[in-house]
Amino acid sequence: MYKILERQELNPTVTRLKIHAPRVAKKAEAGQFIILRTDADGERIPLTIADYDRENETIDIIFQVVGATTERLNHMRIGECLHDFVGPLGRATHTDGLKKVAVVGGGVGCAIAYPVAKKLHQLGAEVHAIVGFRSKDLVILEDDFRNSSSKFVLMTDDGSAGERGLVTDALRSLIESGEKYDEVITIGPLPMMKFVSLLTKEYGIRTIASMNPVMIDGTGMCGG
Amino acid sequence: MANMSLKKNEMPTQAPDVRRQNFNEVALGYTAEQAIDEAKRCLNCKNMPCVSGCPVKIHIPEFIQEVAKGNFEEAYQIIARASSLPAVCGRVCPQEKQCESKCVRGIKGESVGIGRLERFVADYHNASSTDKPEPVAKNGHKVAVIGSGPAGLTCASDLAKKGYEVTVFEALHLAGGVLVYGIPEFRLPKAIVQKEIDGLVALGVKIETNTVVGRSISIDELMSEEGFEAVFIGTGAGLPKFMGIKGENLLGVYSANEFLTRINLMKAYREDSTTPIQRARRVAVVGGGNVAMDSARCARRLGAEVHIIYRRGMEELPARKEEIEHAIEEGIIFDTLTNPIEILGYHNPDDKRDPQNGRVTGIKCIKMELGEPDASGRRKPIEVENSEFVIDLDCVIMALGTSPNPLIKDTTPSLEVGPRGGIVANEQGVTSKDGVFAGGDAVTGSATVILAMGAGKASANAIDEYIKNKK
Repeated sequence: MYKILERQELNPTVTRLKIHAPRVAKKAEAGQFIILRTDADGERIPLTIADYDRENETIDIIFQVVGATTERLNHMRIGECLHDFVGPLGRATHTDGLKKVAVVGGGVGCAIAYPVAKKLHQLGAEVHAIVGFRSKDLVILEDDFRNSSSKFVLMTDDGSAGERGLVTDALRSLIESGEKYDEVITIGPLPMMKFVSLLTKEYGIRTIASMNPVMIDGTGMCGG
Repeated sequence: MANMSLKKNEMPTQAPDVRRQNFNEVALGYTAEQAIDEAKRCLNCKNMPCVSGCPVKIHIPEFIQEVAKGNFEEAYQIIARASSLPAVCGRVCPQEKQCESKCVRGIKGESVGIGRLERFVADYHNASSTDKPEPVAKNGHKVAVIGSGPAGLTCASDLAKKGYEVTVFEALHLAGGVLVYGIPEFRLPKAIVQKEIDGLVALGVKIETNTVVGRSISIDELMSEEGFEAVFIGTGAGLPKFMGIKGENLLGVYSANEFLTRINLMKAYREDSTTPIQRARRVAVVGGGNVAMDSARCARRLGAEVHIIYRRGMEELPARKEEIEHAIEEGIIFDTLTNPIEILGYHNPDDKRDPQNGRVTGIKCIKMELGEPDASGRRKPIEVENSEFVIDLDCVIMALGTSPNPLIKDTTPSLEVGPRGGIVANEQGVTSKDGVFAGGDAVTGSATVILAMGAGKASANAIDEYIKNKK
């Protein structure tokens, strides 16, 4: 069984849980995911690994309440156990050889962008984190991003936190001011990733977008 | 006095119009009287042709003689010497291609119902025996078994009985492999599989579910960090094949793997399921094997009109005979000598947000005829010109066979793999990597439960030899 060790509400619909899962924590890398079931007859849902701690054998997951299983998950408390927790699944994000990277996250997609920023930062790359939210009360992981980047830009649609505007505005002005990125990694809503990609195409910067919707079964039955 | 009836005792079954509304087991099993009567049809041939057709060489006439005398437990003990999963094999073995195909009684009339008798004996034992396995002295050697399907369960059981400390690693949340996610409840009740797994646990075998070897841990790490002296790979063939025709990405097109896993493992058929499945109106299942029959019969039970689309004829269907007969009785429509050429979908050019966009609406097929025998000895199907037609439907299930799961080979560099993705191993399961053995569908590609069991057994013996010789 996989015990919930910590629980933190990041905003009204987004929660972070720290789960005791020794085998997963031992091997987890940024960009990988887990599959969990809350109960013996529950649904199998995939969630990205938001953080891991090899020493304490824990995995952090961050989820937004969107359906029956995430609703149930949100009602679970510290000390309770998840019925199943399998991973790490999928492939790790490629970080080899990257020296300067812009990580562009949007909304709850920042939960997936964060471990990538952290990994690159640990490897010694210069990380610029640009994160966007609709408004101040939806902002998540601000301190985590600050601690994993040399430049942090917070954008909100209404200007209630950070600067007012879109992540693409911030990215464009950084590029225009002469920042040279080896790669841009973008994770968030599809339209946001589309406009980030269109922007970086203008400047010929290699760009990786995270396609969570095509996350597959993880056990090899789908060939992945 | 031998029973000289030319026909087998009929297997009692649920009536077709009742069973196509439920997922309970179709075949109900012989009564003791029927079993004894059927056993008396066996001529107890001296040269035992039936045994030569059994992949694990069960002493068939010997156990049948005990059944004829009413000594059912003795009969079970004879089977158990050779087979560790008789309740499973009595239900899912293709007996008409194995033991029963060699039966002398089959020359004139029907062969002895060996499978039905095996099932009867195993069920009798399971219902009446309360015996706990004898505790075995542990020998202190650790062996890892990857995969908890028929190959892995058999290998684990045999090794545990020899005193090894065995840990079985299973990727899914439940042990049983294809017996649990693939074969439906109405053909193999899950309580039977669970009983086998409980038996293993009682023998001291540890089962670690939710562990994907190749991701959670590698084979090299199992051996170097966790102290396993040998590893058996019984990871099966879970990677589905598709035809490569247009439209396979449409919504409502499933691999049989996904469809059956949702229904069998995740219980999507139950009203109270947290993971329900689309209830289709009309379904086409492409393929003619057991997996195609299982998919078709599941879809039928969920209320759909079901078509099996198969490019050869009825005679060539590779599925078990009993499953084909049951499928016909349940009202499955067989569109044989037919091959799909395209899957058709809905597209509303005026409304990108139309929820029907991208959903399957039909399957375009072409009629086939049989030509000259091909390399496999079967007559090659050839397209009949200008014979295209469309079946309008809302669900397509591709049941074209599976290949070995690639995860282990991708993460175990020194393991040699054949051109079709199967791990290269000899009859004893010895692979190219020292201390690593493999068997079942992971080696052969999709085959049968009994062959996988046989391979698990052979590897258990080989692992025992390997570890003894290392000392």
